Amino acid sequence: MNIAPAEDRSLIHKVVRLFLIAVLACAGVFAAAPAMADTVGEEYENKILGNVKNEGTPLAGVQLIVEGNGYTAEVVTDAEGKWEIGVPEAGTYEITLVEDTLPEGIAVLEGGATQTIEWGFTNTVVWNFFIGEGERNPTSQLDQFFMRVFAGINFGLLLGLAAIGLSLVFGTTALPNFAHGEMVTLGALFTLFLTLAGVPLLLSFPIAVALSALFGWALDAAVWAPLRARGVGIVQLMIVSIGLSLTFRYITQAFLGGGTEQLSGALGSPEIPIFRTVTLSVNDLVSMGVSLVVLIAFAMWLLRSKMGKATRAVSDNADLAAASGIDVDRVIRVVWIMAGGLAGLAGILWAYFRPGLKWDMGEKILLFIFAAGVLGGLGTAFGAFVGAMIVGVLIETSAQFIPSDLKYVGALVVMIVILLFRPQGILGRRERIG
Amino acid sequence: MDFVSILNNTAQALFSPVTIAFAMAALGLAIHFGFVGLLNFGIAGFMAVGAYGYAISTLTFGFPWWAAFLAAMAASAVFAVILGIPTLQLRGDYLAIVTIAAAEIVRLLLLSTTWIETTGSADGLVAYANDFRSINPFPDGVYGFGPWTYTANQFWVLIFALIILAVSAFLLWRLVKSPWGRVIKGIREDEDAVRALGKNVFAYKMQALIVGGIVAGLGGALYVMPSSANPMLFATSLTFFVWTALLLGGAATVFGPLLGAVIFWVLQAFLGSLLPAMAQAGLLGALSSAQAGALRFVLVGILLVVIVIVRPQGIVGDKRELTFVRK
Repeated sequence: MNIAPAEDRSLIHKVVRLFLIAVLACAGVFAAAPAMADTVGEEYENKILGNVKNEGTPLAGVQLIVEGNGYTAEVVTDAEGKWEIGVPEAGTYEITLVEDTLPEGIAVLEGGATQTIEWGFTNTVVWNFFIGEGERNPTSQLDQFFMRVFAGINFGLLLGLAAIGLSLVFGTTALPNFAHGEMVTLGALFTLFLTLAGVPLLLSFPIAVALSALFGWALDAAVWAPLRARGVGIVQLMIVSIGLSLTFRYITQAFLGGGTEQLSGALGSPEIPIFRTVTLSVNDLVSMGVSLVVLIAFAMWLLRSKMGKATRAVSDNADLAAASGIDVDRVIRVVWIMAGGLAGLAGILWAYFRPGLKWDMGEKILLFIFAAGVLGGLGTAFGAFVGAMIVGVLIETSAQFIPSDLKYVGALVVMIVILLFRPQGILGRRERIG
Repeated sequence: MDFVSILNNTAQALFSPVTIAFAMAALGLAIHFGFVGLLNFGIAGFMAVGAYGYAISTLTFGFPWWAAFLAAMAASAVFAVILGIPTLQLRGDYLAIVTIAAAEIVRLLLLSTTWIETTGSADGLVAYANDFRSINPFPDGVYGFGPWTYTANQFWVLIFALIILAVSAFLLWRLVKSPWGRVIKGIREDEDAVRALGKNVFAYKMQALIVGGIVAGLGGALYVMPSSANPMLFATSLTFFVWTALLLGGAATVFGPLLGAVIFWVLQAFLGSLLPAMAQAGLLGALSSAQAGALRFVLVGILLVVIVIVRPQGIVGDKRELTFVRK
């Protein structure tokens, strides 16, 4: 069994591994497993340590796994029930006490077997599980699948918010905007700065979204409108968007640093049971609710309002729309404002979903925004939504069947395969890929 | 501020394996984008395939150094074919999205712990260059002078990389001047016209993708030759930096990518030493030296925007040679 820290294993991989360990334990093979260390990651300055005791009796041989920030380590407790894990940074980690390694009839009584570690102001954190006699609460394969579907829907909805903006910008200006990921980062960043400045959290969300929308407008006014007026070619514009993406991303890094920040309330959100053993956190529920309301409102705007209809007309055929008296420049300006606001909202929700805010979070999500757009058909708002839901659910559920660090590969492969068979996407029209 | 060390670092970037590897990648990209007009945003993927092609064939299969270079080239060619079949029919902007995704797929596969024995996952691979070093004709010692002082191993990597670059640049220069080169430039200018002449446009595009891919793959192998290969080296930013180098020098030229890579790395080394030094001297306000280090990439982004708008043909390019400037 691997005791060395390994990279990039997520919660889901861990669950799969726990399941395997459980199978091994049942088969009686577990007793033959090689002895493991009670201290790992000694080279790191930040330490998580604890003591596993049942009513004062130390328990030896209990396995603990720490995962997060692309780092994984596991230990077993020594004869005194003690363990220690060094971690590379004082960030967010998930710690799991493997209940199958506890004596018969003993279980974690509070907070669940998997908990999120919070750091104080020192580089050592003491983390003890409250254990005793009680019922274990294992999650079945089916329930895991349901949880993944919910996570996928949640991710898909927030991806949809970002993808619609990208898709409409592409539809109205033919620009695949590679700086869209940075517009996503910006929403979370505005929220962080506003709350740090003392603005109440609930007030900081709408302000951050408004600022993001303002940023979308400013970007169009300062960069895209003048370049369009000069008749600069689309490939050049695309490279300009890449340059802007690098610029914003590294400005963020210069001012935020390389670490992960948390928006307030992102960690330790209470879990609410839905059915069987499936639970959803309050944050997830709120996030899904907000996405749904905004998406429906946006759809109504597109379908019912004059401006929304004009937007769809320009997205379909800009020349025809201009000929029928639609002010194309005004539509494009509105689209940039909408794209900025929606991307900003997606960024806030994503910072809660991950959880965490990092300078390169926009770069990380950009390809999935594109995958959603391409899958649904670039230039169509509803296609982008459908594509985003498919990408979101696919990424999260595929981890049930493939190693979880490959789940993002699946979505990208599907995008390429779709382009082979239906290059215009699910809701797109043939001539777009000309 | 220590101007001597800043200038030293800058001067070193003039001749370094990294600069040469960048020049190779930019050369390959010049074939893809400058001469055929393919918007390949997956150049980092080609470099990763070349680098890991070399490292894995040495470590896992025990190839000697020359066979490992051939394996790196073969792997890049295979990647070009796999990438080309679904994408070469697509319009430019879709090609850009797909190639960027393909490069990211390669990186995620290398990063995965599923094949950790072969790929090394996030820790990457080391010690694959031992056989290459064993044929080092230079005896142990110190070579060069001033900022350009190298150990025997560094000197050998440098000389070898320079030879590969010179040979590649010469061959590509002959190639773009050949009838084949005229056809691919014709495809860039007007695909339908070339098709009307009875040429198989798809085949030519595929050949160009393979040729450029092999050059970029060799660049990737050279990129990791001095020390270690790691998936983080081949992030999408690498692709954009190679694009910056290419556009800076001139996309539709053979000399441009070489010049662009040198300017890019000299600038990087200069700013990478100057900005932290300025921050330490308190000239950048409250910025720490690590924060100031990130600022040089901000300047790369701004540089990219400015070149593509003000001088899209690059320093040595000819504006008439660039279809992408026209609508």
